Amino acid sequence: MTRMDESLGPSGAAGGSRAWRATLLTLGIFAAVAPAFLLESFQLFQLTMAVIMALAVLGLNIVTGYNGQISLGHGAFFAVGAYVTAILMSHFDWSFWATLPVAALVCAAVGYGVGFPALRLGGLYLALTTFSLAVAVPQILKHKALEDWTGGVQGLFLVKPDPPFGLAVTPDQWMYLSVVAVAALCFWGTWNLVHSRIGRALMAIRDNPTAAQAMGMDISALKTKTFAASAMVTGIAGALSAVAIEFVAPDSFTFGVSITLFVGMVVGGVASILGSLFGGLFVLFVPNIAEAISKAAPGVIYGVILILFLFLLPGGFAGLLRQIAARLTRRRP
Amino acid sequence: MNGLAHQIVAGIATGGIYAAVALAIVMIYQATHHVNFAQGEMATLSTFIAWSMINAGMPYWVAFFATVAVSFAIGVAIERLLMRPVQNAPELTHVGVFIGLLLIIGNATGWIFGYTTKSFPSPFHSDKPLAGGLISAHELGSTVVTLAVLLLVWAFFRFTRLGLAMRAAAYNPRSARLVGIRVGWMLALGWGLAAAIGAVAGMMVAPIVFLDPTMMLGILLYAFAGALLGGIDNPMGAVIGGFVVGVLENLAGAYVVGTELKLTVALAIIIGVLVVRPSGLFGRVVYSRV
Repeated sequence: MTRMDESLGPSGAAGGSRAWRATLLTLGIFAAVAPAFLLESFQLFQLTMAVIMALAVLGLNIVTGYNGQISLGHGAFFAVGAYVTAILMSHFDWSFWATLPVAALVCAAVGYGVGFPALRLGGLYLALTTFSLAVAVPQILKHKALEDWTGGVQGLFLVKPDPPFGLAVTPDQWMYLSVVAVAALCFWGTWNLVHSRIGRALMAIRDNPTAAQAMGMDISALKTKTFAASAMVTGIAGALSAVAIEFVAPDSFTFGVSITLFVGMVVGGVASILGSLFGGLFVLFVPNIAEAISKAAPGVIYGVILILFLFLLPGGFAGLLRQIAARLTRRRP
Repeated sequence: MNGLAHQIVAGIATGGIYAAVALAIVMIYQATHHVNFAQGEMATLSTFIAWSMINAGMPYWVAFFATVAVSFAIGVAIERLLMRPVQNAPELTHVGVFIGLLLIIGNATGWIFGYTTKSFPSPFHSDKPLAGGLISAHELGSTVVTLAVLLLVWAFFRFTRLGLAMRAAAYNPRSARLVGIRVGWMLALGWGLAAAIGAVAGMMVAPIVFLDPTMMLGILLYAFAGALLGGIDNPMGAVIGGFVVGVLENLAGAYVVGTELKLTVALAIIIGVLVVRPSGLFGRVVYSRV
């Protein structure tokens, strides 16, 4: 299943003349912006979080989906991104936008540092290291030495930025639009990355590391840089989440976040950009439905769905859509 | 000085538990080259099973052995039902199934038994302090039990035909199949044994850390650190690694970082081993042939 190649999504501009593409783009922008003015405040917040989770899943997909290196600890980068933004905003009064590049850089650096020892070795070592990192993160965030910065167990409170230039939108709407804009930029960048020469190298390393090395690729360096890029994208998502929720605390970044991202990736579609979007929607809305049954139900249902997908539909939602699209186009005269 | 000695003794006692879980991980790793991330959750489930048996009025040791037997059966069943269908699937599928198991077992125990912390009885009691108060009865007892389990497992692999067959199946499945060993069943037995060892570790640690659905997560982390430190493909190394990690953790917790950063110690050990000596203290250096 890791050998799937990324094809254009079913709605993608497969043959695409320029006019056709422009129409699709306009429709896409319209579909992304419209909810800001159609949904109630709480629903809009949920959709904002879904987009943020999709972005976090995308980050995980870069390294696990496209490069085949399994990370079970991307929640840690989500936490680091959130905390960098929260600390800069609450202690130094930085504006939200200014914190994003800093959060991205810090996460990339942490990703590089964690990835470096583990990725030299390949195989399970990354999964083991990232698993441990994810389990240890809340404890580190709570620690006394950092309490002045992180606010300890209580965490930090933030305020959503006001819309600039006296725009006639509420802060919630502005937040949603900002998140969509940042996410779109990251999705576009990731699309370009995986369809570039480097993207092909990443997939070559995933599918046959020996052959990739024989072709002259420095596989550990590439894997480590990919891991850093992936940590960066997930970190940006974390930074956005801190502001959207207006609050960070160590207990929101338990091991569960990393597991959620992993489940989202598998269910949405491994090595699929569109799949990351499905994954984000899935991890946000399915637990809400499941929680109505019992507090423990989301976990059990997550586990069952994860195993069912791996057994029956290893390509996730995106793979399913791809199969359907392939069947439809084949039947066409 | 007495404080230091006590920390070391307590470290050996918890180290025995890490050693047992590390051994369970290494057993499955040796045979399949996969790390079972659900090992901790499986042990927690076993401990809950023991807890309900004891609460239903069963004597401790009857419940103990019944739990070991039930856990063995659960381990075999998981291998047959979940792992066997994906045995040739890519790494990601395996990790995914382990994570799925972790989610299902971990949350199901919470669902069934509740999230409140429960006390778990210890079978070891003593009226007067042992060795001048250096060691508690439970620490001594659990160390003896884990050491006995480790010795039993070693003897099983060293002296029995079945143990030899299991080692052969793990070392070279194809040749083992050719001499008539049923490799698939050997794997299932390995899973059963790992689950049983985990159950013992769970029951021994529960009186110390108290029983709740997330009890084993930190312990699993130390077991990983122990397994990596000793060499993840060497059972004896993993056991020694587990004891070393137990002592290191206790000393670091008492004198260096305090209890709040204990999990970070495990992370630091893991990263340290990967940087300095990736094959661990006793592991083989693996050369891959191109």
